[in-house]
Amino acid sequence: MRTVFYDEIVKKIKNEVININCKPSQHLLDLYEKGIHNETDGRSKNILCILKENSLIASEKMIPICQDTGTLVALVYLGKDIKLDKGFLLDAICQGVSEGYKDGYLRKSIVNNPIERINTNNNLPPVVHTFITNDDQLTIIIMAKGAGSENMSSLKMMAPSSGIDGIREFVIDTVRKAGPNPCPPISLGIGIGSNFEGVALLAKQALVKDLISDKLSYHNDYEILENEILDELNNLNIGPQGFGGKTGVFEVKILMEPCHIASLPVAVNINCHVLRHARIEF
Amino acid sequence: MKIQAPISKSMLNEIKSGDFLYISGTIYTARDAAHKKLAELINLNKELPFDLKGAIIYYSGPSPASPGNIVGSIGPTTSYRMDKYTPDLLKQGLSVVIGKGKRSKEVIDSLVEYKAIYCAAYGGAGAYLASKIKSIIPVAFEELGPEAIYKLEVEDFPVIVVNDLWGNDLYESRGKI
Ligand code: SF4
Repeated sequence: MRTVFYDEIVKKIKNEVININCKPSQHLLDLYEKGIHNETDGRSKNILCILKENSLIASEKMIPICQDTGTLVALVYLGKDIKLDKGFLLDAICQGVSEGYKDGYLRKSIVNNPIERINTNNNLPPVVHTFITNDDQLTIIIMAKGAGSENMSSLKMMAPSSGIDGIREFVIDTVRKAGPNPCPPISLGIGIGSNFEGVALLAKQALVKDLISDKLSYHNDYEILENEILDELNNLNIGPQGFGGKTGVFEVKILMEPCHIASLPVAVNINCHVLRHARIEF
Repeated sequence: MKIQAPISKSMLNEIKSGDFLYISGTIYTARDAAHKKLAELINLNKELPFDLKGAIIYYSGPSPASPGNIVGSIGPTTSYRMDKYTPDLLKQGLSVVIGKGKRSKEVIDSLVEYKAIYCAAYGGAGAYLASKIKSIIPVAFEELGPEAIYKLEVEDFPVIVVNDLWGNDLYESRGKI
C-alpha cells in the first residue's frame, strides 16, 4: 500500500482549480495561434486574436479566462494499493474545489436542486467519476466545464446499421445545431459504444484523451477519423464565435468501447474554446 | 462605430447586422433568474428596478472581483435561455440586448416590431471585456449573487450586431453580408 496525504490532495486540487481557470495552457495558446494563421477572413482572424489576448490578460491579472468557471468535473484513477493517511477521498476533493473557487475568486455556479435552484455558494458538489486501476497510483484529472457548451452536447442510441456514416451525420448535426451557442472554436469529445450512461462518460473522457492515454483499457487510435470529421465540421463555415470562417472547431477526439450486439450508442460532448483541464499526480 | 448609452430608437436606424459597435455609458446585467423576476414584476404591473426605456441589457453573470480589480471576468452567457422573457422586456422600451448565440424567431420578430437590436459580445473573453468596465454596482436581487442585476459603466465595450431593425441575422448570413 502507498499512502497519500489528505492535505496534499486538498492543496493540489485547490491550486489547479485556480490555475486551469486563470491560466491558458500552452496547448490552448497554440490552438489560437494555429487558427489565427489559418483564417483568411479579417473578422475571424481578429476574433481569434481577441480570444488569445483575453487568455493572456487573464493569466497576467489572475482573473478567470471566462466568468463561467463551470461545474468542476474530476476523473479519479484510483489504484487498488492506495490509502489515505486520514479522512475520505471525496471529502478531500470537495474541500480542494470549494477552497479553490473561494480563494481564486471564481464564480460559484452550482444550484442545490434543478427545480428549487438555490446557489450552494461554494461550487459544490463537483461531478466525480472514479476508475479503479490495478496499481498504486492516484491520478486525478480536473476539468472546469461551462454550461454554454455542456448544454449543446448530445447523445443518441443509434441502430448498429447506422454505421460510421450515421455517426458522422449525428456529429455534424449536433455541431450545426449548436452553431454559435457554445463559444466556438469548440472541441469535441466523441464517445462511441458502451451503453447509455457509459457513452456519455466516454465522450467526457475523450475531451481529455491526450491526458489519459496511459489509463485507457482499449486501443484508441482514431486519428485519421478524427481529422476527417474535423475537416468536415470546419467546412460548415461556423467559424470563431459562429460568425463564419474556417476555425469553428479546434479538435475532435474519439474514444470507443465494446457494446451490445443490438446497440450503437454515440455521445458528443462539446467544450468551448476555453479548454480548462489538468492532470494531477499524487 | 462608437455609440453612447442610453440609445435612442432613431439612432438604431443607422446600425446594421454585422457592424462592430463600441458602447460607452450605462448597461445593466441580467440573466436567467433576474429575467424571471423582471417578468414577474412586469406581470404584476410593479415598478422595475431600473428604467427599461432606451436601456441596454447584457446577459452576464460576472465572477467576483479579486483585490485590486473592479470586476472579475464578465463575458456574455448564451441568450436563448432568455428568449421566453425577451419580447415582454422589449415591449417596455429596451433598445439593445447583448449576449451570445442564436435567438428564437419570436425574439427576432419582436426586435423588428419594437425597434431594438440584438448584439453578441465575445463569448469566453470575460477577462478582456472586464477591461472595458469602469464601475459596477448591484441594483437589484443581490441575493442571487452572480445572477443579480448590476449597473455597469462601460467604455468602448465591443459588440457585433447580430439582429438589426430589419430582421437580418448575422448567424444566418455569416460571411455573406
Ligand atoms: S461556453 Fe465556455 S467560453 Fe462560453 S461562456 Fe460558457 S464557459 Fe465561457
